[in-house]
Amino acid sequence: MKKLVILGAGTAGTMMANHLNKELDNKLWQITIIDKEQNHYYQPGFLFIPFGIYEPKDVVKPIDKYIPKNVGIVKGEVDLINHENNNVQMSDGQTIDYDILVIATGSRIAPEEIDGMKGAEWHKSVYDFYTYEGAVNLHKKLTNWEGGKLVVHITEMPIKCPVAPLEFAFLADSYFKNKGMRDKVDITYVTPLDGAFTKPIAAGALGHLLEEKGIKIVPDFAIEHVDNENKKIVDYGESEVEFDLLVTIPTNMGDPLIERSGMGDELNFIPTNPKTLQSNIRENIFVIGDATNCPTSKAGSVAHFEAEVLTENIHRYIHGDTLQEKFDGHANCFVETGEGKALLIDFNYNQQPVEGTFPIPGIGPMKLLKETRMNHLGKLAFKWVYWNMLLKGTAIPFVSTNMQEAGKKIEN
Amino acid sequence: MEKIIAGNNIEVNEEGYLKDFSQWNEDVARNIANEEKIDLTNRHWDVIKFLQKAHQDKVALSIRKVGKSGVVDIKEFYKLFPQGPLKISTKIAGIPKPASCI
Repeated sequence: MKKLVILGAGTAGTMMANHLNKELDNKLWQITIIDKEQNHYYQPGFLFIPFGIYEPKDVVKPIDKYIPKNVGIVKGEVDLINHENNNVQMSDGQTIDYDILVIATGSRIAPEEIDGMKGAEWHKSVYDFYTYEGAVNLHKKLTNWEGGKLVVHITEMPIKCPVAPLEFAFLADSYFKNKGMRDKVDITYVTPLDGAFTKPIAAGALGHLLEEKGIKIVPDFAIEHVDNENKKIVDYGESEVEFDLLVTIPTNMGDPLIERSGMGDELNFIPTNPKTLQSNIRENIFVIGDATNCPTSKAGSVAHFEAEVLTENIHRYIHGDTLQEKFDGHANCFVETGEGKALLIDFNYNQQPVEGTFPIPGIGPMKLLKETRMNHLGKLAFKWVYWNMLLKGTAIPFVSTNMQEAGKKIEN
Repeated sequence: MEKIIAGNNIEVNEEGYLKDFSQWNEDVARNIANEEKIDLTNRHWDVIKFLQKAHQDKVALSIRKVGKSGVVDIKEFYKLFPQGPLKISTKIAGIPKPASCI
């Protein structure tokens, strides 16, 4: 039997287990997936927990439930990837050999990268919402918070789901309005970028929304440290922003395993061919999802589109065929804007988000880069789609792997 | 569009970044630096040379990457090119503005 090993049973790894289980002949290939966690988290749901829109139980299910029966599950921590010997070393001493390795170890927050971030005020007045604990603790804080200076902050790019901090700011505006205390809360959005988003047309539209909602923006802010005593963040240029409540997106980094194995860049992301998803390290190592260094969003939708291309390429690799350079960086993200509305962006390596209709060109029903109720319903429906279709590797009707240009207002 | 920098017609984009690195020279760099109110010292030139080499080697640039280069730390990088060091230093170096990814 040949062996294919998947590292990580998050969004990308689980999708690959389902795809490959269908694709590979189970008389010839044994598939194993390794993860140290017991639970699978619906990470897009973390955004809603602080505001009480989702309960913690809405976003957690056992990993095993989503892994096909023929796929072996190993629960434990990987100590090292011995890519020269085609095996992984577990921390309990066990060695697991592979013929093909799929790395789906994701990204995580690394608050320890910034001086003082994980200091005395951590989870007292300095919070993250990119972890389950952070989101749940922040919900407790917001429930009793009496108001003051709320600072929503991005440490450095790239981050998982780059629209999430904006959504947090929009939802906070809505949340405090509904509580009748918006006048007691001063919301400031602090970013290392020069505007609200990384791509110009969307940055314009989203920047306008911030203004409309009375949210101040402080651009070009590169944090140097968090001053816990005086409750302020200080940047390298020595400018300061005071806070009563800081909600920060810490530096995002790949898994420490990648660093231990000497396979990552300065943020532990793995150098990967952006079109084929083969690693630049070994031909029999492939990378998917947040773990890659591909210049696209770190998001579940991206992993979904990547999974379709990667499954095909693993099939080709096994049969000695040339890999398809098919992945285009396609990302599709709902952006909650508060008050029961959302906007939607659809883009890839080359095409920035623009206005248009989606997924059916000219019809919709969803509208790109415009706030609508239908988009918000789409975002809520996505939780069902995630657990019932996305993880199982089912194609989403009308939504193609490669980004469609039809239905978009593209100006050149 | 074209802009006259140091007496030469230079192709730049709407943000003032050079479109063609072969049009770059040290006088062009000094002129762009003046517009940013920066006098170029040896330390500035060390950074500019590092950036140009990295660009030539197709390395994606970030503030973190420059900070880990051994050429300058982030603190000094900000002192040399205040208010957006990566954006300003790459403009002076004549290379494209780093795509602040994604």
